[in-house]
Amino acid sequence: MTDTLELAASVVLLCAVAVLWRRSLRTIVHALATQGLALGVVALALGVSAHDGGLIAVGCLVIGAKGVVIPLLLGRVVAADPSNREAAPLVNVPASLVAAAALTFVAYVATKPVVALVPTTAGRLIPAGFATLLIGFFAMTVRQKAISQIVGLLLVDNGIALVAFLGTAGVPLLVELGASLDVLLVVVVLQVLTTRIRAQFGAIDLDQLRKLHD
Amino acid sequence: MLVLVILAVPILAGVVSSLMPWRRVIGWLGLGAISTVLALGIALAVRVLHRPPLIAFHSILRADALSAFMVIVIGVIGVLATWQSVRYLDAEIQAGRCSRRHASFYSMLVMAFLSAMLLAVLAANIGVMWVAVEATTITTAFLVGHRRTAKSLEASWKYIIICSVGIAMAFLGTVLVYLAAIHAGPKGHASLNWTALMAQSHHLNPGVLRLAFALVVLGYGTKVGLAPMHSWLPDAHSQAPAPVSALMSGVLLTVAFYALLRFKAIADGALGPAYPRALLVGAGLLSLLIAASLLLTQHDYKRMLAYHSIEHMGLIALGAAAGSPLAIAAVLLHILGHGLAKAVLFLASGEMVLQEGTSEIAGVHALLARRPVLGGIFGFGLVALLGLPPFSLFVSELNMIRAEFQVGLGWVAVVALVLMAVIFGAVMSHGRHLLFGSDAEYQPVHRTPSIVSVPLIGGLVGCAVLGVASWPLAGLLHAAAKVVAP
Repeated sequence: MTDTLELAASVVLLCAVAVLWRRSLRTIVHALATQGLALGVVALALGVSAHDGGLIAVGCLVIGAKGVVIPLLLGRVVAADPSNREAAPLVNVPASLVAAAALTFVAYVATKPVVALVPTTAGRLIPAGFATLLIGFFAMTVRQKAISQIVGLLLVDNGIALVAFLGTAGVPLLVELGASLDVLLVVVVLQVLTTRIRAQFGAIDLDQLRKLHD
Repeated sequence: MLVLVILAVPILAGVVSSLMPWRRVIGWLGLGAISTVLALGIALAVRVLHRPPLIAFHSILRADALSAFMVIVIGVIGVLATWQSVRYLDAEIQAGRCSRRHASFYSMLVMAFLSAMLLAVLAANIGVMWVAVEATTITTAFLVGHRRTAKSLEASWKYIIICSVGIAMAFLGTVLVYLAAIHAGPKGHASLNWTALMAQSHHLNPGVLRLAFALVVLGYGTKVGLAPMHSWLPDAHSQAPAPVSALMSGVLLTVAFYALLRFKAIADGALGPAYPRALLVGAGLLSLLIAASLLLTQHDYKRMLAYHSIEHMGLIALGAAAGSPLAIAAVLLHILGHGLAKAVLFLASGEMVLQEGTSEIAGVHALLARRPVLGGIFGFGLVALLGLPPFSLFVSELNMIRAEFQVGLGWVAVVALVLMAVIFGAVMSHGRHLLFGSDAEYQPVHRTPSIVSVPLIGGLVGCAVLGVASWPLAGLLHAAAKVVAP
């Protein structure tokens, strides 16, 4: 069980790095789907080992929402616009990967008090969640395409979910349901906005959103 | 039961308005629903003032004096905003900018938005509170972009991206508080219920709580519009339709601040007052500084009002940093006073954009001579917002400053006063250009429709009455302050 947990948590972090590494938006959406599945596996593994039916249900929910539904929605946005297949980062790929390594280190330092409080295998893995979150932030700031920003937001969200599973064996079911529904709705809202922005501006490059300033 | 009815009324009104194309009666239905909420909120306040809090729905909902006060604030601003929504939708439909279907979608979203805010202040569970605050972002995203212009699309994109990231930080903070509660030792009690968390706050791990509270300040601070996470606010508040701006600026910011107050009470117990105070003072002063510097060069009056909100949120953060019962009572009075004045000003500015066709300060001149009623409302609204008597913001600002001196934050109060003086000068000079002027050419005097003047004058009178005599609220304010500052 420890092996599964360690493997799944590492896959979550690796998928975040893959988002920075690959330029093709289609591959990036695949990486996000894999990350969603791995996140669900983390919840399932914890649920099985603790005989916690609620957590197993949450794991299935996460696999469905973050592994399948959200990537499908994003895939449609990518497919709808053939001129926008590339991620167009402001920072080149090698520099992004160095930044990812640095952010992982920061995550380990920042989570020291948390790790000290949770003396289990799961607790040891909490920094992976924080690192995913920080990489998500980084991806949001250095990527220009609207879809990359949505991906970055989802990385942040998956990182937080990983911390929640590992540190607390999941927040209560009601809160988890509400939070998942909120994330799903945010993605739907952003998808609708992307369509409207494309109708207004032609392409979904955030460079064009420069009308409002002081 | 009372708590459930308060939540159910706007939800029902929202469902009804989504069923049919918009007609005026739908608008009046929304106004009726939120007026009912206001009346029930007052009943709730009377009920919990001297008796224990109401618990409802498997202890997921809970109403104490603080919740009841916030329900009243949401009710008051909601009445003003839904009243003006009728005017806004009428004008949009007549101008052909908006279909009746699209208008009923707007009414439905406003009701959903109000319900989400009510849930946030009535939740007993910090997780449910988070879900509700996030739901406010989702419901307002389309409201900000309701006109579907390029600028409003840009504003709603930035709004939802920045606020979602911010609110995600708040969720991480919530998770970490829960983690600390699980590992709080033998006296610990795994719960997201905030009364349980407050009771055991002394046993929560300080290292984890420090990280958690910083994330919560960053996260809910984004929704409050505190610097450095404020950048979405001027865009969203200036591009949204006026009634939505009034709701967002008048109550949504302070509903997020309410969440911060709840967390601060837990952090105070676990860490002592110094750390939460330092974070809030930092965020508050930075917000004042940014508001002052950007108000000086402002050329759009809706953006001017938005930056003014950042200033007031900074003042509230400083008041909360002081943290004494006097300070919190003043903060709460300021929340209501600012909400009223800001809602009136945003609604008046909506009418100004409609009549004058521009939101540029340079494009509007001598408003008092040409539209005496509208200009008068805008002028008195600015006077209220700048903290001059007889309006309640004067009383609350004075008390916040007094409280800051009492707890040894005198230097903070002095810096804040200097920045407020800068803002005062900047807003006065913009206001003078908008309102006064003696154009020699012939200017016809325009009447302001009573659907605009009646509620807005009512709002200003209310704000003034609160400033002269806070007696209807004094008991409630002190009971509410006791909840988070024992």
